[in-house]
Amino acid sequence: MQTINVLVIFWKYDLIVARSIRSITLHSVVGIYIMIRLILFLSTLALAITSYAVPALNMPYGVSPISREIYNLHMAGFYICCAIGVVVFGVLIYSLIKFRKSKGAKAAHFHEHIGLEILWTAIPFFILVALAIPATIVLAHIHDTERSALTIKVVGYQWKWKYEYLDQGISFFSNLATPQEQILNKAPKNEWFLLEVDKPLVVPVNTKIKLLITADDVIHAWWVPDLGIKQDAIPGFINENWIYIEKEGFYRGQCGELCGVYHAFMPIVVQAVSQADFAKWVVANTPTPESMALAQKEILKPLTEDELLTLGKTQYEKSCIMCHQAEGEGLPPTFPPLKDSRVVTGPLAVNIGYVLTGVPGTAMQAFGDQLDDRAMAAVVTYIRNAWGNEIPIKRHKYPTIVQPEDVAKVRQESKK
Amino acid sequence: MSHESHVHEVGHGHDHHHHGPPKGFSRWVYTTNHKDIGTLYLTFSLVMLFIGGIMALVIRAELFEPGTILVDPDFFNQMTTMHGLIMVFGVIMPAMAGLANWMIPLMIGAPDMALPRLNNWSFWLLPFAFSMLMSTMLMKGSAPNFGWTFYAPLSTIYGPNSTDFFIFSIHLMGASSIMAALNIVVTIFNMRAPGMTWMKMPLFVWSWLVTAFLLLAVMPVLAGCVTMMLMDRHFHTSFFNAAGGGDPLLFQHVFWFFGHPEVYILILPGFGVISEVIPTFSRKVLFGYRFMVYATASIAIVGFVVWMHHMFTTGAPYAAQLYFMYATMLVAVPTGIKIFNWLGTLFKGSITFETPMLFALGFLVMFTIGGFSGVMLSLVPADYQYRDSYFVVAHFHYVLVSGSLFTIIAAVYFWLPKWTGNMYSEKLGQWHFWLSVIGMNVAFLPMHFLGLAGMPRRIPDYALQFTDFNQLCTIGAFIFGFAQLIFLYIVIKACYAKRRHKLSDEVWEGAKGLEWTIPTPAPYHTFETAPVVH
Amino acid sequence: MSMNPGRKNKVSHTRLVIILVVGILFMFGFCYMLVPLYNFICKREGINGKAANSATAINPNMQIDYSRTIKVDFTTTLNKDLGFKFIPLSKHIDIHPGERKLIYFYAENLTGHDITVQAIPSITPTDAARFLKKTECFCFTQQYFFKGEKADMPVYFFIEPEIGKDIKEVTLSYTLFDATQYAKKEKIVNTGRVRLEIKR
Repeated sequence: MQTINVLVIFWKYDLIVARSIRSITLHSVVGIYIMIRLILFLSTLALAITSYAVPALNMPYGVSPISREIYNLHMAGFYICCAIGVVVFGVLIYSLIKFRKSKGAKAAHFHEHIGLEILWTAIPFFILVALAIPATIVLAHIHDTERSALTIKVVGYQWKWKYEYLDQGISFFSNLATPQEQILNKAPKNEWFLLEVDKPLVVPVNTKIKLLITADDVIHAWWVPDLGIKQDAIPGFINENWIYIEKEGFYRGQCGELCGVYHAFMPIVVQAVSQADFAKWVVANTPTPESMALAQKEILKPLTEDELLTLGKTQYEKSCIMCHQAEGEGLPPTFPPLKDSRVVTGPLAVNIGYVLTGVPGTAMQAFGDQLDDRAMAAVVTYIRNAWGNEIPIKRHKYPTIVQPEDVAKVRQESKK
Repeated sequence: MSHESHVHEVGHGHDHHHHGPPKGFSRWVYTTNHKDIGTLYLTFSLVMLFIGGIMALVIRAELFEPGTILVDPDFFNQMTTMHGLIMVFGVIMPAMAGLANWMIPLMIGAPDMALPRLNNWSFWLLPFAFSMLMSTMLMKGSAPNFGWTFYAPLSTIYGPNSTDFFIFSIHLMGASSIMAALNIVVTIFNMRAPGMTWMKMPLFVWSWLVTAFLLLAVMPVLAGCVTMMLMDRHFHTSFFNAAGGGDPLLFQHVFWFFGHPEVYILILPGFGVISEVIPTFSRKVLFGYRFMVYATASIAIVGFVVWMHHMFTTGAPYAAQLYFMYATMLVAVPTGIKIFNWLGTLFKGSITFETPMLFALGFLVMFTIGGFSGVMLSLVPADYQYRDSYFVVAHFHYVLVSGSLFTIIAAVYFWLPKWTGNMYSEKLGQWHFWLSVIGMNVAFLPMHFLGLAGMPRRIPDYALQFTDFNQLCTIGAFIFGFAQLIFLYIVIKACYAKRRHKLSDEVWEGAKGLEWTIPTPAPYHTFETAPVVH
Repeated sequence: MSMNPGRKNKVSHTRLVIILVVGILFMFGFCYMLVPLYNFICKREGINGKAANSATAINPNMQIDYSRTIKVDFTTTLNKDLGFKFIPLSKHIDIHPGERKLIYFYAENLTGHDITVQAIPSITPTDAARFLKKTECFCFTQQYFFKGEKADMPVYFFIEPEIGKDIKEVTLSYTLFDATQYAKKEKIVNTGRVRLEIKR
């Protein structure tokens, strides 16, 4: 059906070209020259863009059966539009050249033709039907309901993703790993600028993986072009989608729905590994009581001031800088300043409490689940020593250095 | 169909006490004259074009290179939001309303609009609405930064304090549009000259009639939507918050129920303009008048039931996605009919290429390209890759800038001589046209490829592989932006220059319609006695 | 039409204006009407959990379809790091369409104070959502938890046999929200859950 339509279009086009060449040659060489150049230009453009697609010019073919079907559908739509464009613009350019008043054209007097109207209503209608059929089929494949082997819950936060492997019990946050210096043009940008994370989503190849997608605060969207998937993450509700990756490698995407200030800074990295490697990864990352106790002991180890400040600065840039800004000046009144802040220069437990449980009803998130005791100790140490904050703190004899066990104590207290 | 008419003394005979319009400030504040109000709308729109345009250039300058260059991400989000709001509500809609006010009474042979004092109010609400909106940029904290589509809960729970001013501003703009639409419907229904039956009306009048009905139907829905937002923000309701039993998706449904007819509101009057310009400069009557009317009405009606194509990735059931895909593809059919009819008008015509015609032809080519990307977007599986990427940005800029804006510019060039009595400089007009077309294509064609390659929209900073095309887009945007200064000069010159040559009533050879039977420049009062149309 | 100079057309616009104004007001009201309309359609189609947030009467003629088994996964999400422990007591269950099953979720208030919470259900895939119905669930109402309270929260549900033959797995998810700003005057403390302990 599709082929017939394409043939009809090209046949119509052929007629027009033939007619125009016949008449133009009689009167002007310029006309035919323009016509040929235009045809050549359009064809080479179409060819260049499609068959010999330059990277970063066309939709990726991808590594998933769905991404390939989507690509083919996209190209079909594109070719059909090109073909229609050639016809429409061909007639237009022909008319503009042939019927110029300056060349003596006299206006005809017809103003209606029912048959023509019906024809150019029916033909586009059938072309659209031809496009709708493959689209319907691909959509049915996307809504495939076969059993999946692995289920991962994806939660969008401002401005990071959390991945939970529901059956394995593994859960972690995935933050942008590009350093602030690169974003602020103070350091040269690396290859994966804005497309790198600290902990990628590790998945096995050749496995149907079900994704349950939701969000914690505003609407985000999980989009990885190579996998042919984009799905909105809506707070309070779950959307389901699936991926099936056929080739090992790293696949990168970005958040696809405006979600606030740092919308551009919450990328997605999927690392597809062999099934054997995935099994090893699961074992290495599944929390057991022993591994959790060990990890907690490690976290509670005291750190030197330098270690705390360095770690704290990195953590600040990961979690705090987008709202509270690089110099702690914030964006009042929505994002208050941390410099000379009453909370930051006050008692330690209050300061930690704010970071731990956030401020309900405002944009300040609760970071209790996102930062472990060490990270929290580091970042609180950092803000208490930055931008001159240490001066009032020392004057009031509050602590400026925070150790992980101080945080653990406050955490315990808040649960009582 | 011809619009020959017998026009009797226009104005002079019986209105001895009118010595022309009052002078100065009072004239413009108190006027109820449709020509003055049309001028006010158009001037307002031109000012807002430059304001919104400067915001666009800030956006493009920031996007010239990856990394933070000029503005921080929050201000960037404010720019994208305000740029969208200003262009949609402050440029296109007021300009179309201005054209309606100037031309509809002239085209139907009416002395003025049906409700002249309401007309004055419709306009004067706008400067107040936009002052309120733009004042949010001077307030402490952010101006609206959630995109012109202001999805909940980003705009309700996480919106800055200025969001409430934004809401009131939308109420004012909505009220203005509703009143203007009311006026237009009543004028067209009740004040056509005798003999001007429905099927003798110029297509510009038909387009505006359909648009006005769309406005009356959906602007109240927008008002309801922002009121629900206000209630969620301040009155403990939970329309859009799941915690209280609401649903963020409800916002999207309500908004796009308004939003999709809104984009037809933005383009349909433009279609009407093209249907006036192309026949004039082809010296041939519009091909397929009846089908053009039916197509316009079909676009409007089908436009009501396709809104969910803005929401394909939100987790809809299979059947819903299919229905909305089919309905959206269906809209391409009447749109195609219109394009073919314009081609049919050109075919075997006698064509000249004055500036209005250049812009109309530019529209024809580039709006069609925008239509193609629209058809591609309607395919749901492909839309999964396109949505919220630069492919969408390319699509709507092609249909709005080289679509709506070009039709407005074509209309201004077309009717400016009639309004002012001065012919603009054809040479400058051509410079404006070619720079606009080149700038526009250099700015927006690469965006298709950026979107296909995976660049999301509404981001101030991007991954390295998108750099080259972004730089191209920025250059094109600046060319396009500065080209509009030529337009500004042309318009100002035409308004204020001393009249050198007396232009004929007809102005353009081949111009048909009642508006071309009155003197040039148009007298302050016209058709005080109704013409008779055969 | 007579050609009297100086005679202006005086047509009354009142009637048409009134009709159009009524239309405008109707469309404004229609916007608010969209809210219950949306809820109604979502309930029918099962979108965004609206088919499952109130009790359904069981059709006495409902037959259990033993030829098919559907795997139901359970998952929970705490909104905005709500200080609760909230987990399903079983991660998944196999069920025949038409069969009724009782499952429990465990909730513990770790916020350090009394609080009103609301659980919002969500069911995927969307083509299966409208077939999962419940006769009893803690999500039907807000729940007021005392400080330190622990509770088992029951859900008595079934999947209607009319569900599409190709559906093999369904996910039932709950998001627990802090509902303080929407708290109803009457605090629900005794229905929808089995209190295990209050630590005062």
